[in-house]
Formats: sequence, structure tokens, C-alpha cells
Amino acid sequence: MNASPLWHFFFGELNYNSLPFYSPIATIGAGAEVFGALAAIALITYLGKWRYIWKEWLTSLDHKKIGIMYVMLALVMLSRGVIEGIMMRTQQAMAINNPGYLPPEHFGQLFSTHGTIMIFFMAMPFLTGLINVVMPQQIGARDVRFPLLNAISLWMTVAGAGMILISLVIGKFSTGGWSGYPPYTELHTMPSVGPDYWIWALTLSSIGTTLTGLNFAVTIYKERAPGMSFFKLPLFTWTSLCTSILMIFAMPPLTVCTLMLALDRYADFHFFTNGMGGDMMNYANLFWLFGHPEVYILILPSFGVFSEVFATFSSKRLYGYKSLVIATMVIAVLSFTVWLHHFFTMGQSAGVNAFFGIATMLIGIPTGVKIYDWMLTMYRGRVRLTTPMLYSVLFMVLFVIGGLTGIILATPPVDFQLHNTTFLVAHFHNMLIPGTLFGMLAGYNFWFPKAFGFRLNEALGKLSAWCFGIGFVLAFFPLYFTGIQGMPRRAQEIYNPAFAPYMYVAEVGAVILGLGLFALIAQLLVSLWQHKRTRVPLGDPWDARSLEWWSPCPAPEMNFYTVPKVHDRDQFMWMKEHGSAYVLPDKDAYEDIQMPNNSATAVVMGAAGFVGAFGLVWHIWWMAILGLVVVWGAVIARSFITHTHHTISADQLRDQHKAWLDKVAAAQPVSRDHETDPTNQGLAEVAP
Amino acid sequence: MRRSTNGFKRTARSRVAPLGRLARLLPPAVMALLSGCSLEHGFLHPHGRVAHDERTLFFEVIALTLIVVVPVLVGTPWLLWRYRRGKNNNAAYKPKWTFSWTLEILAWGVPILIVAVLGVMVWINSHKLDPYRPLPSNQKPLTVQVIGLDWKWLFIYPDQHVASVNQLVIPTGRPVHLEMTSDTVMLSLLIPRLAGQIYAMAGMKTQQWLQADQPGNFRGENTQYNGFGFQKQKFRTIAMAPASFESWIDKVRASGQSLDCPTYKQLARPSNVDKPRFYRSVTPGLFSWVIHKYVLHPAPACGAAANGSHA
Repeated sequence: MNASPLWHFFFGELNYNSLPFYSPIATIGAGAEVFGALAAIALITYLGKWRYIWKEWLTSLDHKKIGIMYVMLALVMLSRGVIEGIMMRTQQAMAINNPGYLPPEHFGQLFSTHGTIMIFFMAMPFLTGLINVVMPQQIGARDVRFPLLNAISLWMTVAGAGMILISLVIGKFSTGGWSGYPPYTELHTMPSVGPDYWIWALTLSSIGTTLTGLNFAVTIYKERAPGMSFFKLPLFTWTSLCTSILMIFAMPPLTVCTLMLALDRYADFHFFTNGMGGDMMNYANLFWLFGHPEVYILILPSFGVFSEVFATFSSKRLYGYKSLVIATMVIAVLSFTVWLHHFFTMGQSAGVNAFFGIATMLIGIPTGVKIYDWMLTMYRGRVRLTTPMLYSVLFMVLFVIGGLTGIILATPPVDFQLHNTTFLVAHFHNMLIPGTLFGMLAGYNFWFPKAFGFRLNEALGKLSAWCFGIGFVLAFFPLYFTGIQGMPRRAQEIYNPAFAPYMYVAEVGAVILGLGLFALIAQLLVSLWQHKRTRVPLGDPWDARSLEWWSPCPAPEMNFYTVPKVHDRDQFMWMKEHGSAYVLPDKDAYEDIQMPNNSATAVVMGAAGFVGAFGLVWHIWWMAILGLVVVWGAVIARSFITHTHHTISADQLRDQHKAWLDKVAAAQPVSRDHETDPTNQGLAEVAP
Repeated sequence: MRRSTNGFKRTARSRVAPLGRLARLLPPAVMALLSGCSLEHGFLHPHGRVAHDERTLFFEVIALTLIVVVPVLVGTPWLLWRYRRGKNNNAAYKPKWTFSWTLEILAWGVPILIVAVLGVMVWINSHKLDPYRPLPSNQKPLTVQVIGLDWKWLFIYPDQHVASVNQLVIPTGRPVHLEMTSDTVMLSLLIPRLAGQIYAMAGMKTQQWLQADQPGNFRGENTQYNGFGFQKQKFRTIAMAPASFESWIDKVRASGQSLDCPTYKQLARPSNVDKPRFYRSVTPGLFSWVIHKYVLHPAPACGAAANGSHA
């Protein structure tokens, strides 16, 4: 406050108090984060890999690499989110008539960052990453339709995640929860920079996600291989399409409502304030108009993964394909008609509440159909309980319980009792952990060999799945029971000793979830260490069914040597059965192709977006303007670059194709009994 | 103020009879299961008709939904075992089998039927348990005006001209009409054993009808996060026999401070209060002033809006 005008010009609201020395725990957290970043930088410098990282990764427009970077971001953010979850559970276990170890202000930041991170910077990047890696390969495309836009989406999301990360070190985050309800988050009640961090992190990532949605949808509409009609799309591609459509229509309301809140806070507008004509009920409607479709953005790609996993590991065609497609579309459409169930308690008439309650229950119908269709896919199959399958089965059993509690909450008079309690917390974790997270981890285990050329360690994968499953049950089922007894969410201290046993069980669950995360990281490290024994260069480790497996692992830059002609839903299985999967085609099947060159545009835009948003948060106006100018400048500069593609000649393609097929011809196909042995090089025995 | 009481009236407290019977088979079993966990603090141990009906609905919904849930819980492990890949598994294996009309009709039909029944229940009960719907009774309802503050609740008894902070005292056997607003951010008032919650928002009035059947002492709370004193925003609700209620009113009138404008403004500042407070008189029209100061421009002075015909 007493800063000189000159200081204020250069540094805005920043001062010594912005540093995280207000509590030892904040200092340790910030210190760990800074140390982690410095260690990563030091390691890369020591290994001399900066050039490699810049050329092969940061500036790459290859959808597979962009996808992998999305998933890496998701795993980093998952680690922070899980640690925050454990911290909150520990606080509540300690805080029975006791202040515990986290002061209210710190606890408020934790539940806000935890929710924001898990939704926007863990689940969203994870699913965007998986779709990026897999979807173009599933439809026989060489890349997404707009590769540069894809990279821009990634770096906007990274910039948003960067805002969340830096908020731990400089300043404090919002205590308004992941949904940031005004008027609590208005300037009057929260003058700190916390909500501004939240606003700009979400704005950056929501722009990135809108662009991603457009990119994916156009890719699926325009880039399918010849013969791949809509009813031959693999289910994962179908769910990607529905998710993309939801992104296109659901993200703009979020961008609008965060920007309106920004206008309230920066320019003295009164959209959502108490008085002066402001009305926070408009915020609730706008936010959940995004927020509910968002739930299905998060869940549909997982449904896609499960569809692939159940069919592949049951050695059977997917049951009820058309039914599953229709169910997916019905869910996507209905998801726009239920947003009001997030605030049945806001005083609207009984008729309105009943309408939205019934609409919510309607979504249960297609979801139920999907579950039954997956069960019928196992029926009369031959099931192999690999890690992805274990995640899928745990999902089925746990998710239906979340469905049950969802129907309970969709009943307005019952919701009056359970809204805002830990019952609600348990319910949405029940949907998002077994639903989204298990789906993403199943997909991660399933497609890891496709992305990197070697399989992940099975034992640690299963350990991780069991930890997540058991940990979830112990951590969240007790919250159902405390919620039924009226325990409110977001309580830093608990004044009812009857809740103590539930909190202790939940704490044990949280620790087991932490072990699951530990096992997940260990799985990655051990698999890297053993990768020579688990390599699957020939491309088909799981006796898989869809087109993405019809290439070596990892796939070459252009995905396929020739563009396939699609005859069947399970195209790759069809080719294996017809003996055409590993046959060198005629010379005229190859043609010269153009692939996008690397570009620094997207990284520069992400960095500038981050800098500009940081300037906005701290009222450093020169920095904010600089960020915006560089973002626009990068777009303009890019338009002057004429050499944007390089050519891969038909001869090169044929040579590479031949090299792969020669290796295939020399290899011994393995039966499914040896799926996880070193003998599995990625050539599956064709079933009679 | 935002909306008048909904015109939809149902005088008969009808149940969805066949379903009710179906569902009533289940509650004893579920209750037996849950009672081991001693859930005595919530609406599963209701002390009033609203919470009681909410509990009934809760069990009916669970019973119906379990029809689709149980087959998955049982079937998934069974399928996993029956169709496992193994040397000596002689179960049928049909890798190309992908469709059956019978199963498809079941997979869609059963959930559709259940949701149809649930939909009827939701429609009927949303109206029956509409918090704005006056509870039928031959007793004159008691009106209590509730002002949500950071981080306490102010209860004004407009007809008795008294007020209390963090203690809601109500007579048994008589409907209570809570009129709510907020003089801060959005809050949500919940007394689980009597009725569900409704938001309190500045510049607006929301309502909740409830009734206690027998004397008792219940927990009440704010469930909507509103800052660093949120976790302490609890209050006691004491239901007492009508005669005791009258003598409680007399006792409050005979002692304590009066809630005038300066006292109110002091009270409205963010703080936690450790003990309930009682006021022997209240500035007339305080509740309506709190609403109007966010709606009218310029805001009226405190006390000036006395006798205003608000809402």
C-alpha cells in the first residue's frame, strides 16, 4: 500500500508480503515446487538436452507428441492434486473440536486449488492428451486437421496451469472453490489477487479447450480414411467427437462468465455483485451451463476407453455398437438440459426443479445402457484381467454406486438435505475417480506402448489400480454417511465428535490413494528402466482391433505408410483375419505427403499469455499489454512464414514400410498367454 | 420478493401408493445396516414432517434405483470369473456375437421404466415438499425472519418483536415460516432433522416452511462456504411446547439489549459469536431494510423503511 508510484508502475501490487512466508506449510509447499522446477532445469542442463527438448517436443506440431505433453502435464498436476487432497483429509481427521494444522485461510486455498487443478489441469489435459495421441490414428489420419492450432491449445493450457503453480509461490489463491461463486469472489469480499489467479488460469485454459474442441471435431469430420463411415468409427472416436462438440458449446459460457467476473473485479461492473443491479444467480446459471456439460466432457472419453478395453481384452467384438453410439449422443444432448440441478436450493418454483430433476434422471438411462453393453461384451468372451481391464472392472462396480447417489441427488426434495454436504463431495468423487480417472489410467496403460514402443509394468500397474480402488472406497464412502448426517463440505474444523470415526477411515483411504499415486510413478520409472524387455516394435501388443495398432510402436511421424481403405468397424482385426494386415502393397499405393514443420509460434503465444495473465493478476499493466501484444504479434509473424511443411517421399514411405514388414515376417506370433512376457514383440497370433 | 409462493396446491398428502409399498419393504433392511453407523444427527432421524417425508423419498429412490444397480454389482464379478481366459474354461465363446434384441430391449426398457416411475415421484414430491408451500395446519404459523451474516444467523420474530442470534426457538406442533435473506454473500440454512436447506441471498427473500413434532434440540448450520469463520456458523434449534415458547418470549422481552440500527450494524460485521444472544426489541422493518438496501437506489437509511410492505 505504501509503495511508491514508480514501484507500482513496474511491479504493480507485488511486494514482500506476496511471498509465501505467512505460514510454514505454505513456505514448504512453495519451496518444494521451486526446488522441483530448479531440479528439472538443472537435470536437463546437465544432460545437455535443451536443444533436443526444444526441437523434438516444445515446438513440435506432431499430434502424438502434443498428446504426450498433455498427459505429462496431467500427471504433474495429478501429483499436486492428490497431495492437496491428502492434506485436506488429514486436516479434517485432526480437526474434531481442534483447529488442526491448517488455518482456515490455507484450507480455503487448498480446496480451491485442488478442485481447479483436478478438473481443469488434470482431467482435461489427460483426456485431451489421450484423444490427441489416439484419435487421429484410429481414423487413419496423418495428423489433426489444424496442427498449429493444436499446439496453441496445448500451450494456452500449460500457461493456465503455470498460473496455478505460480500462485503457490507468489501471492495466495482464491478461497472461493473451483466454481468461484460470487459475490464471495467479488472485490468487496475478496480483495486479494486469489480470484484473479483463478479467473485468468481458467480463461487461458478455456480458450485452449474451445480451440481443441473445434480441432478434434473438424478432424473427425474431414480426415477419416476412405471407407470409414460414421458407423465404422471406433467407439473412442465417437466419444471424442461428442466430447469435442460439448467443448465447442460448453466452454464459451465459462469464458464469458470468468470475463464478466473479471469486469466486476477490474472495472467496477456489477454483473454479480450484491446490489447495484448485480445478481449472482446469473453467475450460477452461466457457470453451470458450462459446468454440467463439462462433467460429460470429462466422462465421455473414459466411456470410449472402456469400450475399447472391454472388447480388446474380452477377445470379442463390442456388444451393441449402435446402442452405445446412440447412448453417447443422447448423453451429449441431454447434458445441456440439466444444469439447474446444481442449485435446486436457490428458491425457484417446484415445477422448474422437478423438470431439471427428471431431465437429470433421463441421463441415467443411456448411461445404464452403456454399462449393460460392456457387461454383454464380456459375456461369451475370453476375459484377460490386465491393468486396463482391472481399471475398467473397478470402474463398473464403483461407478454404478455413484450413479445411485446421483439419482438420489437428482431428487430435489432429497437434494435439499444433501446439497453442500460431504454426500455431494462423495458423489462427484465417485463419478470422477472411477469414471474419469480410472478411464484415463486404463487408456494410459492401454495406449502407452503405442506412444512409446514398450509396455508398462503389469504388477505395479495392478498395484496402483488396487490402491486407487480401495483408497477411493475408504476415502469417500464415509463421506456419504457424514453427509447424510448434515456435515457441510469445506469445513476446516468439525464440531461434531460423532464424525470422528468416519474422518479417520477417510484419512486411511487418502493415504492409500497416495500410495496409488506412488505406485503409478514407480510403474513409469520401473517400466523405463526395463523397457528393453517390454518392447513391442511390431505394433500389436494386445491383439487389438482398431486401426491405430496397424503401424509400428511407436508410430512413425506420419502415422501410416499408406492410407488404409476401411471395410469394418474393427478394421485392424478385419485385416488380420483377412491376412492383409502385413502385406506390402503395390508401389502406386504410396504417394508423397506433406507434414507440418516445427513452429515456435505456439510456445511463444503460451509464454506471452502466461506473462500477460500474470501482469493482469498483479495490476502490472505494462506486462499485461506486452503479453497481449506478443500473442497477437506471434499470430501475425506466423502469417509471413511460407515454408510451413516438409515432404516425405513415396520412396521413403515404401522403404520404411518394407523394413517394418520384414521385421514382422521374421517374428514369431505370440498367443495371449504370453501377452505380458518379453516374447510379446507386438505380433499377435491370429485366432482361428 | 423474487418469486411469490407457487400457486400449485396439493391439500391431500398423497403418496405414490404402489411404489410406497414396494419401497417400504426396503427401509427396515437399509435402516438396520445404517443404524450400525449411528446416523442420529441427520434427516434419517427426522423430528418434523418435512424431514420425515424427505427421508421416505430418500429410501424410495434408493429402492427403485437398486433394481438396475444390483445386477451390475453381481453380474460384473460373475462375468469376469465365468468368461475368464483359462485352460479349462468350457464356457461358450462367441467372439462375433454382438447383438440381441431381447437383451437390448431389457437394457433400455428397464431403466426407462424406472426413470418413468421416478419422474412421477419427482414431480409429485417436488411440489409436495416445495419449501415455499405453506404447511397445512389448523394452527396459525409462526413467522421468523432470518438474516444470514458473516458468520452467524440473526432470527427476528416480527410478531413478538424480539430477536436472537444463533438460537432458533420454535413452538412444537405449529408450522414455522422462515423468511430468509443475507446481508453478506450467499449462505444456505440447513436444520437437517427438521427440513432441507435453502439459499439466503442479499436483496432477495427466500422461504422455508418447517414444523417440529416434539420438543427437542437440533443442530442447524450454514452449508455454503463464506469465508474463514464458515466452519463455526452453527446454531441450535430448540423446539419447545407452546406454553414454554410463550414463557421464553416473555423471558427474552424482560432482559437484554434492544436491536437498534447501530447495534445491528455492529453485529453485521464479520465475526463469530460464541454464545447465543437475545434482543428484547427490534427496530421495526429491519428485515425489509436489509433487503431494500441492496435493491433500492439510493439505499434507504436504517429504520426509515419501517412498515414498508416488502415482499
